[in-house]
Amino acid sequence: RGSSSRSEAKSGRTDLIFLIRFRHCCLLRNQRCILAYLYDRLLRIRALRWEYGSVLPNTIQFHMSAEEVEWFNRYKKSLATYMRSVGGEEGLDLTQDIKPPKSLYIEVRCLRDYGEFEIDDGTTVLLKKNSQHFLPRWKCEQLIRQGVLEHILS
Amino acid sequence: GDSDGGSEDLVLTPAQLIRSLEQAWLNEKFAPELLESKPEIIECVVEQLDHMEANLKRSKKGDLKVSIHHMEIERIRYVLSSYLRCRLVKIEKFLPHVLEKEKSRAEGEPSILSPEEFAFAKEYMANTETYLKNVALKHMPPNLQKVSLLKSVPKPNLDCFVFLRVLERQENILVEPEMDEEREYTIDLEEGSQHLIRYKTIAPLVASGAVQLI
Repeated sequence: RGSSSRSEAKSGRTDLIFLIRFRHCCLLRNQRCILAYLYDRLLRIRALRWEYGSVLPNTIQFHMSAEEVEWFNRYKKSLATYMRSVGGEEGLDLTQDIKPPKSLYIEVRCLRDYGEFEIDDGTTVLLKKNSQHFLPRWKCEQLIRQGVLEHILS
Repeated sequence: GDSDGGSEDLVLTPAQLIRSLEQAWLNEKFAPELLESKPEIIECVVEQLDHMEANLKRSKKGDLKVSIHHMEIERIRYVLSSYLRCRLVKIEKFLPHVLEKEKSRAEGEPSILSPEEFAFAKEYMANTETYLKNVALKHMPPNLQKVSLLKSVPKPNLDCFVFLRVLERQENILVEPEMDEEREYTIDLEEGSQHLIRYKTIAPLVASGAVQLI
């Protein structure tokens, strides 16, 4: 292992120095590759929070390791704390309003059965597959990203 | 109505406040590094939004003004969210450098992180370090178990070129040469003119508000 060859080098076997340095470079490269891979996965998982919201679909969670799930939960919590601290009493949900607003209400079609959906003034809408609705844009954002609703562009 | 501003020295009209927010937003969008935090602007804008929403709740439904005000609220909320999101992305991307810069900040120098952003950054750092340690580093040979994120994570590229518009006339800005044969030269920036220039050269002017990135 590394430590034994280093102690041999200290005892004066200079021909091993190059071998040690070469081996160390290989180890450092491997370390960098591993960390780059893991870090890249974390970045993708982070992007999931912004895409899907705080509850990840099971198919995705299935591909995550236990430690990644724990990282995700901690990130979620950290982000929630920050968002709550920003906008007054209720906080500001930064995962909404991703695109500049074009109109207040939009035409949407429901892609799959979702059930009842409550809008601001207390009324509820039943989201059944293929039903069309004219709804407030900000309420639909999350559902559009999750694939439940589809924005109909006229 | 007028908003009080919340800061002792300046009382801004709502229009001026939104203008400041938009300027901060554009600067943050186009600057390669994280800029100074602007807690006063954020606080005032949030107050303004709450004010406008309260007004909306009180007014008659179906009034045309309601739609317009609602639209305005949405617009302002978008700019504010986009600004804060832009900052979060930069904080996460340049994490060790941002934290280092904040920790080594001198007394009286303005902060680049708000207290809430600082807390978020520290948590993100700890979370990521713990993860990497538990999943990979602790299984590695003893002399490889520490990794300096400060050395591994790339720094923001301050040499990138940015577009700007001059708000206050500047004289004798020192520009570094592109190639070795050129010598450094100075330029004057006329008010209202637009330029494409290396960010590093004009970074202090962005901070002081003398130029606006576009």
